Amino acid sequence: MEAFLSSVVSVVFHGTAYGMILYVISVGLSVTMGMMGFVNLAHGVFAMAGGYILIAAMGSFGVPYPLALALAFVLVAAGSVVLERLLYSRLYTAGELAQVLFTIGLIFIAIATARLLFGTMQLLVPLPDYLKGQFGLLGRDFPAFRVFLIAFSAVMVGALWFGVERTRWGAMVRAAVDNGPMARAIGINTKRLFTITFAMGSGLAGLGGALGAEILTVQPSYPFEHLVYFLIVVAVGGLGSLRGPFIAALLIGISDTACKYWLPQFGAFFIYVATIAILLWRPAGLFGRQA
Amino acid sequence: MSHQASYGATARVGWLEWLPWLAALAIFLALPEYMPLGARILVYILFALSLDLILGYAGIITLGHTAFFGLGAYVAGILGAKLGVSDPLLQLAAAAAAAALLGAATGAVILRTKGLTLLMLTLAITTILLEIANKATDLTGGADGLSGIVVSPILGLFRFDMFGKTAYLYCLLALFASWWIVRRIVYSPFGASLAGIRENVTRSHAIGAPAYARLVAVYTISATMAGCAGALLTQTNQFVGLNVLSFEFAGELLVMLVLGGVGRIYGAFVGPLVFMIAQDQLAKQFPEYWYFGIGLLLVVVVLFARGGLLGILDLAVARMRGVQR
Repeated sequence: MEAFLSSVVSVVFHGTAYGMILYVISVGLSVTMGMMGFVNLAHGVFAMAGGYILIAAMGSFGVPYPLALALAFVLVAAGSVVLERLLYSRLYTAGELAQVLFTIGLIFIAIATARLLFGTMQLLVPLPDYLKGQFGLLGRDFPAFRVFLIAFSAVMVGALWFGVERTRWGAMVRAAVDNGPMARAIGINTKRLFTITFAMGSGLAGLGGALGAEILTVQPSYPFEHLVYFLIVVAVGGLGSLRGPFIAALLIGISDTACKYWLPQFGAFFIYVATIAILLWRPAGLFGRQA
Repeated sequence: MSHQASYGATARVGWLEWLPWLAALAIFLALPEYMPLGARILVYILFALSLDLILGYAGIITLGHTAFFGLGAYVAGILGAKLGVSDPLLQLAAAAAAAALLGAATGAVILRTKGLTLLMLTLAITTILLEIANKATDLTGGADGLSGIVVSPILGLFRFDMFGKTAYLYCLLALFASWWIVRRIVYSPFGASLAGIRENVTRSHAIGAPAYARLVAVYTISATMAGCAGALLTQTNQFVGLNVLSFEFAGELLVMLVLGGVGRIYGAFVGPLVFMIAQDQLAKQFPEYWYFGIGLLLVVVVLFARGGLLGILDLAVARMRGVQR
C-alpha cells in the first residue's frame, strides 16, 4: 500500500510537471486559434526553436541558464513576429486547407533546418548545479528540477491569467476572441493586437520548449512528434479559452504519465481514445463555446 | 476552368484523358528498368486520387488518410505473412473491405464535427492505428516492419517477377478501374452535391441535400480506394513498415496532391509523378535539402499557386488563347 501510494504521488508529480510544460507551450496556440481562427500546425516549431536556442546559448556561448531561458522567449517571439507579418498574415482569410498546408510546409522546413544545424541526435540540456539533486517536501524527495518547472510554470500561468483577465491588453484580446468584427468596429486595432498576441504565444511556446527540453526531448522531428499532444490540449480544452487548455494539459500530463507507468504495453493508446470520446461528447472541447 | 472535372462539364472521355494511359503503357514497353519505381508511382497516384475525392471535391480536410492506406497495407501483409492467404486478389479484397469498414465507422462518427475538431479526430484515429501497429509486434512486426509476405501469382497465372513487370501492370489496372469510378462520381449529380456541400453546407441543407449521409458515403469510398492502394504497395514491395501510418507520410501525400492541383482528378496524377521522380533523383543525395525543398514547395504553392501545376498550366493556356484573340 505504501509503495502504491508513493508511486501515485510520483505519477501525479511528474504528470503535473509534464502537464505544466504542455500548457505553457500550447496556451498561445489556443489563443491565436481562437482569435484569428488560424489553424497553426507549426506551433511546435516555436517550442523546438526555444529548446535549441537554450541548448545552443548554454553550450556554445556559456550563457547562464536563466538568461538562456529569457533568450529563448525573446528570440522566438521576435522570430514569430517576422513570420507572422511576412507569411501568416497573408493567409488569414485563405481557408483552412491553405493554412493547414502552409503550416505543414513550415514544419518540413523547420525539421530540415534543425537537422542541418544540429544533427539528428537528441540534445541534452546542461542544467546548472543548483537545479540538480533532490528537493525534500513532506518527508519525500522530489527531483529539484521538476519542482522548479512546476513552480516556474505556475508563476508564468499566474502572470498570464492576470494579464488576460485584469489588464487593458487582456480585455482587448478577450473582445477580439469573442467577436473580431465587433472589436474592430469599436476601434481596436485587431491586426496589431494579433501580432502582439501571436508573439506572446510563440514566445511562451519557445519558453516552454526550453523549460521542458528534458521532458519533450529536443530533436528535429519534435514538431511532428508532439504536435498531436499540443493539438489535443487545445481541442480538448476549447479554443480561445485559458482555463480549458490548462485542465486538459494537466489531465493529459497526468494520465499519460500514469499510462506509461502502469500500462506501458498500451503506450499512449488511452489518451487518444479519451480524446476522441471527449471530442465526440463536446465537439468544441471541455470549455469551448458549443456551437 | 477547362481542366477542372465537375458535373455539368462534358463527361465524355476526351482524347487528352487517354494520354496518361498510353504514356503508362509506353513506359512499360520502353523503360523496363523503371518498373519498380513506376509501380510505386501508380500506387501513390491511386492514393492521391482517393484523397482528392474527399479533400478536393467534398472539402473534408483530413490529416489521417494514411489510416486507411496503412490498414490496407497491414491487412494484405498480415494475410500473406501470418495467415497463409497468398492470393493477391483475395488480399486486395480483404484490404478494401477492412478499409471500407473503418472508413464507414469512423466517418459516421467524425464527420458530424468540423474544423479543428475534425482535423484532430482524423489525426487521433491514425495515431491509434500507429500505436496498435507499433505494439502488436506478433502480428505486425512492430518497428522492424512486416516481411516474409507471400503473394502467389495473380489468378494463378501471372507471377510477381523480380523486375516488377507484373506488379506494374497490376497497379495500372487497379488505378484505371479507380480512375473510372472517380470520374463517374465526379461527373454525377452525387459529385455535384459534394461540391455543393464543400462550398456551403447550410445551403446544401436548405435545398434538401442529405449532407452528412453524402459525406459518409464519399468518405467510405475514398477509404476503400486508399486501402486498395495500401494493399498494392504491400504486394509490390512484399514489405510493410510503420511509416505507412506516419504523419510524415500524410504530409508527403498532401504535398503530392497539392503540387499537382486539388479538386481536378489529374492533379492527383501529375503531383505524385513529379514528386516521386524528384525524390528518386534528389532525396538520397541531399536528404536534408530535399526535406527543406518540399516544405518550401508547399509554402510557395499555397502562397502563389493555389491550383498547383495544373492550375499554372490552365493559366498559361488561358493567357495564350487570350493573346491569339
